[in-house]
Amino acid sequence: MTAQSSMLPNSRYSPPATKDGRWRKLLKRVWFYRFYYLLALPGILYFIIFHYLPMIGIVIAFKDISPFGGVAGIVAAPWVGLKHFNRFFNSIFFWNVIENTVIISGMKIIFGFPAPIIFALMLNEVFRVKFKRFVQTVSYLPHFISWVVTTGLVTALVATSGGLLTEWLNDVTGERWTFLTNPDQFRGILTITHVWKTIGWSSILYLAAMSAIDPALYEAAAIDGANRFQMARHITIPSIAFVITILFIFEIGNLLDAGFEQILLLYSPAVYNVSDIIDTYVYREGLLGLKYSFAAAVGLFKGVMAFLFLIVANALANRLGQPGLW
Amino acid sequence: MLKLSRNEKLAHAVIYFFLILLTLAFLIPFIIVFSTSFISDAEFARRGGYVLYPEAFSMGAYDILFGRSKVILNAYSVTLFRVVVGTGFNLAFTMTMAYALAKKDLPGRVPITIFVFITMVFSGGLIPRFLLVDALGLRNTLWSMVFPGLINAWNMLIMRNFFMSLPEELFDAAIVDGASPPTVLLRIVLPLSMPVIATIGLFYAVWHWNSWFDAAIYIDRAHLKPMQIILRSLLETTNMQGLEELAFIEDPPPAASLRSALIIVSTVPVLFIYPFVQRYFVKGIMIGGIKG
Repeated sequence: MTAQSSMLPNSRYSPPATKDGRWRKLLKRVWFYRFYYLLALPGILYFIIFHYLPMIGIVIAFKDISPFGGVAGIVAAPWVGLKHFNRFFNSIFFWNVIENTVIISGMKIIFGFPAPIIFALMLNEVFRVKFKRFVQTVSYLPHFISWVVTTGLVTALVATSGGLLTEWLNDVTGERWTFLTNPDQFRGILTITHVWKTIGWSSILYLAAMSAIDPALYEAAAIDGANRFQMARHITIPSIAFVITILFIFEIGNLLDAGFEQILLLYSPAVYNVSDIIDTYVYREGLLGLKYSFAAAVGLFKGVMAFLFLIVANALANRLGQPGLW
Repeated sequence: MLKLSRNEKLAHAVIYFFLILLTLAFLIPFIIVFSTSFISDAEFARRGGYVLYPEAFSMGAYDILFGRSKVILNAYSVTLFRVVVGTGFNLAFTMTMAYALAKKDLPGRVPITIFVFITMVFSGGLIPRFLLVDALGLRNTLWSMVFPGLINAWNMLIMRNFFMSLPEELFDAAIVDGASPPTVLLRIVLPLSMPVIATIGLFYAVWHWNSWFDAAIYIDRAHLKPMQIILRSLLETTNMQGLEELAFIEDPPPAASLRSALIIVSTVPVLFIYPFVQRYFVKGIMIGGIKG
């Protein structure tokens, strides 16, 4: 409303000019904008209740709460300091879940991060508009289906008994293939389904950045005798470098999110040792094992680490001369 | 049309080839479940699993899903509630907050935005959230699938950026004509915001349609379970315990085709909607992608 207030000094929708003190002035402005605070209020309440209350609720990580005590039980529960954290750090699961989280996340970044960039670069070379639109539309499809359905599709292909690909490979090779219960192949399955589900949707931002490139650059390059490879290398890629950096920071910042729902839906005890990540561990210990305090401590550990990752990634971006997230 | 050298032509052939392969990779899993949903028990036994194309079309699986099973229709109605009522709430809460935070000289605008941003980088985690929903008495109610995800901070910021991009002159003109702030919002901003409302509405609706985990931890009662939960329990079990009615059916369709049919039934509505709003969401993502 800056422009509005200056353009319409006498309108009843700009703050009245007064010679009051600072606080009175502020109060008047706040009162003037009361409609907007009223609009923001439900949202603010939502964030307090469903996001900030759980942050306060994290105190249970330092207590010993019983699963059936309710809120009163949480308040009355004894403080136990870092007991749950120590138990987690010393448990045999600690390095296992950390390793699984980082390896699975890392595999997803190594294969899943460049994939949409390459996909977008390929689409950028397609001059048949209808074909390009068709490929794009189909590539968005996996984004719109749930992980439950995706799991169903994965099962149809690689289920140990009856999966189309499994049965075919069994026939051709004469061996028995067990993708979903095979510790050597399970992470590969996770990575492939991740790339399959995200490649199209993630390419949107790159394609948008490419469409914003000034066509004159390509024309000038063509006059100078550049071929399509050189154009891609010297015009297209540098033009989208900014988007690539920002999205890469996001990826690094989310390193500890290795794909909770996907893994929870696909894994089984046979592959726990290669696929149990922090989130699935918290879920099993907390909600299935009812060890609320312990699981909350593990969750808090993850939350703090993830926050640190994000800060480091952002600082890195700033050092590289990119604006980063903040 | 630009001229291409021989090398470039070869590269283009490779690119087209890869893109066609990729398109097939997106489509084939759907084709398999679509085909498998039509096969009969006899054909399943003979061919030993999922198929790329059915030899004969049997409607047995769909017959059960739509005709004889109340479980599916009930789950469909729970999911519909989520999508319609849930998305309505999402949009109302998201828009009002976004509109307020788009006012550039609103006192406290920056602190409130930071207050929201903090929730994007740090959260209390799964256990405190679960205990909160439990303490609020939302467990085993339909609202447990609506309130905890009322505003997605990212969607809210996309909307805020959109509102901030609207030209100020528009508001000035309305104010000169004597419109009050609520009138400006309802009569001017709302009609102009249809693309972003369609985009964010689609995001929320798809999220509701596809959500599984929240219902899995908050809902125990059978009649409140949405479609994804039923689908999941069918995918998990080798026999069809999820559908008690099957015990009374002679010659039931194979588990694989029943599962496939349910996948088709729970996916088709989304598949028919998203290509038509594609134009909007590509634009919406771009608005959000440009940093605000």
